[in-house]
Amino acid sequence: MITTLLYSMTGLILFAMGLFTLIIHSHPLRKILAVNVMSTGVFLILVAAAYKPLGLGKIDPVPHAMVLTGIVVSVSVTALALLLACRVQETSNLDLLERRKQEARPKESNQ
Amino acid sequence: MRTEEKIITRSRNRHKRLDAFQRILLLLVICLTTLLGSIIWTMPENPPGLADAVALMQEHSGVKSPVTAVLLNFRGYDTLLEVMVLLLAVIGAWSLAKAHFPQQEREANPVQMGVVRLLVPLMFLVAAYLVWQGSHLAGGAFQGGAILGAAGVLMLVTELPCLRAIPAHPLRIGLVLGPLIFVGVALFCLFLTGDLLGYPEETAGWLILLIEAGCAISIGLTLASLFAGGHPEDERPKNQEQAKGPCKGERP
Repeated sequence: MITTLLYSMTGLILFAMGLFTLIIHSHPLRKILAVNVMSTGVFLILVAAAYKPLGLGKIDPVPHAMVLTGIVVSVSVTALALLLACRVQETSNLDLLERRKQEARPKESNQ
Repeated sequence: MRTEEKIITRSRNRHKRLDAFQRILLLLVICLTTLLGSIIWTMPENPPGLADAVALMQEHSGVKSPVTAVLLNFRGYDTLLEVMVLLLAVIGAWSLAKAHFPQQEREANPVQMGVVRLLVPLMFLVAAYLVWQGSHLAGGAFQGGAILGAAGVLMLVTELPCLRAIPAHPLRIGLVLGPLIFVGVALFCLFLTGDLLGYPEETAGWLILLIEAGCAISIGLTLASLFAGGHPEDERPKNQEQAKGPCKGERP
């Protein structure tokens, strides 16, 4: 049981870290990465929930099937999200890092 | 140089200092984590799960692997929709951008070429084996498709010149092959047994293998074209897709 608990808690911490990052950061790339970390945590919890030690009955195949398809879907969703983020970057001309540098520069000269 | 460093450290410090909103948010996230953690902690020792229900119906599913049975028989509708999601992702990606392929046809590194020549046929073989193995062991369309996709990515990063010679039409057909076979089998079963994806018991194994083979090709092509990051050019098809066989022979 300790194995299940260990993996579930790791997944939970990954999920929480991803959720926090998803909300506080505004850059699309960070958001996409955060969602990926969150989904990894969810997969970890699902696989851990299906785990049974050897000899204590069969492993539940339903969460495994869900994770299996989920991984492929999350990869394709990430690719689409990255393309959308690139598109936003191109069309809106809003490079956040550049803007931050420009914001920081006048303060630098004032001091 | 020093000002750059200062800016970087300053922005880093700004990231580290949390304002009031972020502190409240952090508190909320910690509360949520504790709540979820306590739920996981108090989960029953041996949850009943669906393992017994799956094992009970296993011999009627036509395959010996429980995961494949769940994927393509018991929850086949779910998998059908997931394959459609993959297709939608490619359509979305193709409508957003055009894949750009570097113009210069430089010679690839011989070591890299050697690795590609060794690995890519092996990857195709492993993918085919995984699809075949899916009926009785761990394996199946998604694993095989992932390896096919990896082979495509390997060829894309090697920038094989023959990749740009692949026309768009076969690629489109390859992308919809899996979903089409899946829908076709589903409708066939609807016509035959009255249930969508309710396979007749004696042919279930073969129908599942057919779906898996088609889906593996489509998933592999999907992942590789998502990596290519856009639609191929239609006039002069310089598609970066996974090349089938003859591609490897035509290196100078």
